[in-house]
Amino acid sequence: MAQTTDRAAEPFPVARIVLAALAVLASAYAAFLLYAMAEPMYGAMALALSVLTALVYFWRGASAWRFVFPGLAGILLFVLFPVVYTIWIGFTNYSSFNLLSYDRAVQVLMSNRTVNKDSELGFVVAREGDRYRLWFKDAGLVSSPLALDGSETAATLEPGAPPAEVLEARDAIKFRNALQALELTRPDGSVIRNSGLRTFAEVILEYERIDADTLRRVSDGEVLTADHSTGFFVTSAGEQVPPGWRVMIGWDNFTRVFTTPGISEPMVSIFVWTMVFATLSVLGTFALGLLLAVILQWPHLRGKAVYRILLILPYAVPSFISILVFRGLFNQNFGEINLILESLFGLRPEWFTDAGLARTMILIVNLWLGYPYMMLLAMGFLQGVPEDHKKAAALEGAGPLRVFFTITLPQILPPFLPLLIASFAFNFNNIVLVLLMTRGGPDIPGTAIPAGATDIMGSFTYRVAFMDTGTQFGLAGAITFLIFLVVGAIAYVNFVAMRRAANRSLAR
Amino acid sequence: MIVESPRRLRLQKIAAHGFLIIFLALILFPFAMVLSISFREGNFTIGELIPSDPTLEHWYLAFGLDYTRADGTVVSPPYPVLLWMWNSVKIGLGAALGVLVLSTVSAYAFSRIRFRGKAPLLDSLLILQMFPTTLTLVALFAIFDSLGSVSPVIGIDSHMSLVLVYMSGIMLHIWTLKGYFDNVDSALDKAAAIDGASPWQTFRFIFLPLAVPMMAVIFVLVFIGAVNEYATASVLIRSESQMTLAVGSRLYLNEFKYLWGDFAAAAILSGLPITVVFLIAQKYLVSGLSDGAVKG
Repeated sequence: MAQTTDRAAEPFPVARIVLAALAVLASAYAAFLLYAMAEPMYGAMALALSVLTALVYFWRGASAWRFVFPGLAGILLFVLFPVVYTIWIGFTNYSSFNLLSYDRAVQVLMSNRTVNKDSELGFVVAREGDRYRLWFKDAGLVSSPLALDGSETAATLEPGAPPAEVLEARDAIKFRNALQALELTRPDGSVIRNSGLRTFAEVILEYERIDADTLRRVSDGEVLTADHSTGFFVTSAGEQVPPGWRVMIGWDNFTRVFTTPGISEPMVSIFVWTMVFATLSVLGTFALGLLLAVILQWPHLRGKAVYRILLILPYAVPSFISILVFRGLFNQNFGEINLILESLFGLRPEWFTDAGLARTMILIVNLWLGYPYMMLLAMGFLQGVPEDHKKAAALEGAGPLRVFFTITLPQILPPFLPLLIASFAFNFNNIVLVLLMTRGGPDIPGTAIPAGATDIMGSFTYRVAFMDTGTQFGLAGAITFLIFLVVGAIAYVNFVAMRRAANRSLAR
Repeated sequence: MIVESPRRLRLQKIAAHGFLIIFLALILFPFAMVLSISFREGNFTIGELIPSDPTLEHWYLAFGLDYTRADGTVVSPPYPVLLWMWNSVKIGLGAALGVLVLSTVSAYAFSRIRFRGKAPLLDSLLILQMFPTTLTLVALFAIFDSLGSVSPVIGIDSHMSLVLVYMSGIMLHIWTLKGYFDNVDSALDKAAAIDGASPWQTFRFIFLPLAVPMMAVIFVLVFIGAVNEYATASVLIRSESQMTLAVGSRLYLNEFKYLWGDFAAAAILSGLPITVVFLIAQKYLVSGLSDGAVKG
């Protein structure tokens, strides 16, 4: 009996087993590679993925999870993990100076080589049939025949006679990559490597490793010690030797944010502007969308379908295109908006250099972008308001405005609320608008890190991390953590509002 | 409202149409300008709404063709717009397909399969959905920078990485589909179970066919969302040949190389298909948007 139900529950066990086995093997192999690449954290995650996949798809007790596992794994890896990882980065010194892991930083230092200039030997490439030899005239040495296709890593040199056919320098250049991979052993056993377009030379490693945390610089015998609190090797004089590596630095980034006036002051102003921007955007688009929806619902209005299509056009056009179009139209010098304003009123507003005007411009563009969504939603909700309620109020002598504010609005506001909160959250992080329109500018004067008048929290973080000099990922992570606190609060409020809306619709 | 004088009604009608027409003139002004600019000569010149001396130069360049001006000089396209479009389409299709597969299967499980921790899991997903990817760009950059050392296919500058990120934004769609599946009469799957169907068969032969209209909505939404996405793509894609339209278009209006006319033609060319798709599908898209957010 158990056998038959088992078979019924599993029409294509082969497909499941093959697919799952492939996934398990692939992630296990990735785990192996990641460990080998000195990325133990990702290695562990890949291993966990492999084990979990095996568990979910081969163990019958977990069969209920088979349907949700792929989606859940994706969310965990690329949504939840980045959130946690961002917070973690906030506690590190991760930046362009401290980019690598410790092992990788040591690897980079250990592969640094210096050329011994005194040992440089000029060479030419000589053709011999379909193979080549390197001819060192001054030393009278010639290499064994080579294909120079990049596959060779070593060759020997012997005393020999000058070759017959020597390639021109510009023809020899195409072998550059192949030459750089070569190690040539001279008859005395010493090794020379490619050191320039026309030279080979003795190349020595710059550092040798003494023990896990100390290196010796070969040229002057200086001993470098790894400082795991700053993420740099330091000389005895205290000089830091790049590249550095990532280390935990505790609350340093947060201390920096809160105690450096050049950071904390612009951040307060950015935070205030972010709230103002999000609030005004939601209220503005809601009011305008609702107004248009009410007009479009008016039974006596003709041509509704045409109006509707034209009115939602701003929503249908990809936003990155419309934002860039506005960027061009608002251009101070040759934008069409200033052109019209100048011919009509003699005005030439400085949309991109005046803080107040730049903020106004951002709000105008966001209103243009956002009202159709609100209008479409409002049209849907307005249909749900019973006509007889409005008629009854009108019979009692209420004017159209009074009817709207006492009957219609209170009925559509509760279901609208979660969407308004979601819209607030969206605009709170609407960095695409800011990045494409103004890149945060105009810059607030006198700040320690670039911060602009139209920057919102998200775009400010983006600039700290990716745009301005010294990609400061650690600092960006710390600021993002602060944003998370706000977003978390909004998310919770929205969650409660959605629950209420859901309960209400169930009770109905 | 109940009894209105015909004269007052006529005035109201004129007022309503007047307001809508003036409003539309303001709203549609940018579109008219862009269309006009795309046919104007040069990238700076200021001209009339209907160009007196229309030229197809910008359109030639947008389509990736060289343009020979009247004086014999040849202009080459500044950027590979069609390649960027193709990149965007590839990424959009990949993300949309991935989201469909993951969200239908997950939504079915959340709607019909009993397992422990389902309710708290759903609630957590709902809250997690509020944390946008744009806030975790630093981490995403670090992750793909490291993964790239295993294989460039999942590293920086790879379309696969972008698809993976976009594919993970499935919470809202799971929620929408779950609401849809919840409304399916449970007699249907009970009947299927009596006939000996497995959960997979019930999903494959009963729920999946029912969800096709909803899936179409989600497909279009995800596709448009992926094509329009700027922030993540701008961080993960670096080389010009790998760029999506959203990232590449920014290059046109650089402070040092301002190609207003070329941009206008490229913008219309690339924006038109998505706009048309959206307008055709808008009725369904909007209900998909609001249902997903409200249904509990």
